[in-house]
Amino acid sequence: MSVVPVSYYLVLSAILFGLGVIAFVLKHNIITIYMAIELMLNAVNLAFVAFARAHNQLDGLVFVFFVIVVAAAESAVGLAIILTIAQNRHSLNVERVNQLKF
Amino acid sequence: MVLLNYLWIILALPLAGAAINGLFGKNWPKRAVNSVAIGSVSLAFLAVAELVREFAQLSPGEIPWVKNYFTWIIAGPFRVNFSLQADQLTIVMLLTVSFVGLLIHIYSTGYMEHEAGYYRFFSYLNLFMFFMLTLVLAANIVVMFVGWEGVGLCSYLLIGFWFLKKSAADAGKKAFIVTRIGDFGFTVGILLLFWTFRSVDFGTIFSKVVESPTDVGVLTSICLLLFTGAIGKSAQLPLYVWLPDAMEGPTPVSALIHAATMVTAGVYMVARMNPLFSRAPIAMLAVAIVGTITAFYAATIGLVQTDIKKVLAYSTVSQLGYMFLGCGMGAFHAGIFHLMTHAFFKGLLFLAAGSVIHAMGGEQDMRQMGGLRKRIPVTYWTMFIATLAIAGFPPFAGFFSKDEILYSAYTGPYANKALYAVALAAALLTSFYMFRLVFLTFFGGPRYDEHKVHVHESPKNMLVPLVILAIFATVGGWFAAPKFWGGQDYFRNFLGPVFKDASNLRQGQFSEFAKVAGNLDAMGPSGSQVTLRPEALAEIEAADHKLELELSGVAVLVALIGFFVAWWLYVRKPKAPEDLAKSVHGPYTVLMNKYYVDELYLALIVRPLLWLSTNVLWHVVDEGMIDGTVNGAARVARGAGGELRKLQSGNARSYAGWVVIGAVGVTVLLLGIWMRMAP
Repeated sequence: MSVVPVSYYLVLSAILFGLGVIAFVLKHNIITIYMAIELMLNAVNLAFVAFARAHNQLDGLVFVFFVIVVAAAESAVGLAIILTIAQNRHSLNVERVNQLKF
Repeated sequence: MVLLNYLWIILALPLAGAAINGLFGKNWPKRAVNSVAIGSVSLAFLAVAELVREFAQLSPGEIPWVKNYFTWIIAGPFRVNFSLQADQLTIVMLLTVSFVGLLIHIYSTGYMEHEAGYYRFFSYLNLFMFFMLTLVLAANIVVMFVGWEGVGLCSYLLIGFWFLKKSAADAGKKAFIVTRIGDFGFTVGILLLFWTFRSVDFGTIFSKVVESPTDVGVLTSICLLLFTGAIGKSAQLPLYVWLPDAMEGPTPVSALIHAATMVTAGVYMVARMNPLFSRAPIAMLAVAIVGTITAFYAATIGLVQTDIKKVLAYSTVSQLGYMFLGCGMGAFHAGIFHLMTHAFFKGLLFLAAGSVIHAMGGEQDMRQMGGLRKRIPVTYWTMFIATLAIAGFPPFAGFFSKDEILYSAYTGPYANKALYAVALAAALLTSFYMFRLVFLTFFGGPRYDEHKVHVHESPKNMLVPLVILAIFATVGGWFAAPKFWGGQDYFRNFLGPVFKDASNLRQGQFSEFAKVAGNLDAMGPSGSQVTLRPEALAEIEAADHKLELELSGVAVLVALIGFFVAWWLYVRKPKAPEDLAKSVHGPYTVLMNKYYVDELYLALIVRPLLWLSTNVLWHVVDEGMIDGTVNGAARVARGAGGELRKLQSGNARSYAGWVVIGAVGVTVLLLGIWMRMAP
């Protein structure tokens, strides 16, 4: 059985992360930006899992569970914030949320 | 032996008085303040008296009696002990200071009765006594400097006692700043003294200078620097300008500080340093010349002053000049003797002037007085006695001391006929302006409004000190009278041990005289040991006495001329002075304006200094550089913050962009480091 080399996973992880970054910077919709963050988190998770498998150690897997838990908690809080913003502004455009500044 | 071991008690008493009155006296009744102030000073005087009694029992070997109390400063080889000493010079000064001081304290209780700040006044007076006694008792020049500066401080506080009056506050500052110029020289002199002798103790310095020859140049520099301090403190040319202005203070202060005691500190210091001075002939000459010129110069200003206290102020400057002349001529004992008699008669003159001012309800202008003789007889008689004393009429105290100085200027180791002539001219002027003062004040008709001014004699506590001082101004010179006046020359013999060096020099001069006369019997191997035939000695002594008698005659004659001129101008022909002033208008105006010295100093020193301070130090250095640095730092921080805060745009996507840039930056940095670390 041929094994997929770890570098493949890393390249995929990097591509996913890069897409996440680009979406994070360029998109206007808060939900989309939120999804971009999730994408980046999961890209990192993929890298962790790949290394854990390659080195045959559990540390990376444990880390991934932590990331998933924190991401779940974060999405609970984040979605609540997004809902409030949507109610107050009647918009999900991030450009409209710019009152907190110098 | 109680007080000899506890010399500090003499200092502690007035200090305690000052502290008690100054800290707690504010709400006390005047009687309580009085008893603390006068109590402490009279106890100090009694302590001095007891000290004198114990001192008399010491054997000559134990003098100077030095007591070391504690080590004050140690810095490498520089070591200063708080040590006090008693020798003959100290005893004379202690007696003069504590006695005159006590009388002036008593007088002040009358003079200051209606003044606000009564407790403050007496607290300052006691503090002054403390510092003056420290100055006199000091056994090293650093402790002496403490007293020296301390009396300056008290002088400042008391001149500006009525500090709400601008002129008084200004006069206080002037006194402080002008004397500080002299003190700068004094401080440098102390440093040079330590540099040369590796010690600041009088005893060590004097034994070193006597035993081992010291470079005359160094000695001259030290003496001139120390004398600079004396010029400031004792109001000599060119730093005398503060003393006339010091008359802004209450009259008892003028009497105590600016006539009787503090201003004589310079003379005392020069006399104390006599082993150094007598080895530096140029410094001696400088002392004598400055003294003589000041004596004459101040006397000329005194001729035309109309303020009764200003006349006395210039007369003080002039008399201090005499004391320096005496010291500069090597006759330190004469300088100190004149210091003592001057304390009596000038203290008396000021107190009497205060009594006159009191009687006139605050008037100080002599042109507004006149005819007070019958109205305030005690003041008149005591003031007249003091005038006779200062003018140099026998048998009053001033005659003996002034005569001694003039004699030493005429014949002595440093004799100088030119200085003698100038000093004699100053004596003439002194006699004239003092009698002018008396005649203007007490003779003729009243020139004040008799309905407005109710002339009254002063209370008893003011008159008693006047009478006591008048007695001393009369008899104070007797015990020091030279032999041919039937006296014992006691004063000179008493001070002899202190001025050994000066008298050794005199001895040298004496043998010189004998050599010329061809009366030498034998000469020692070094030429210093001289034996004279007894009859030759008698001859020389007789010639000496004849000379002294002639000089005394001249001095008295000069004083008489001054008296008659004053009498002619101000009693016989009261209109004459005005005509005279008109006919010599130019010189009169110059004298009236005190030679424009204040104006000169203003133009040459004060204005440029003020200009420099305002335009350079204030506007450029302070505002530009110091404030500029502080404000500049704040401005940079604010400017940077103003620009940087714009990053906080409120736009979430720009934050995201910054986060990405930052993350990329960190990644690149880490990669770079990793690449470099990899082999």
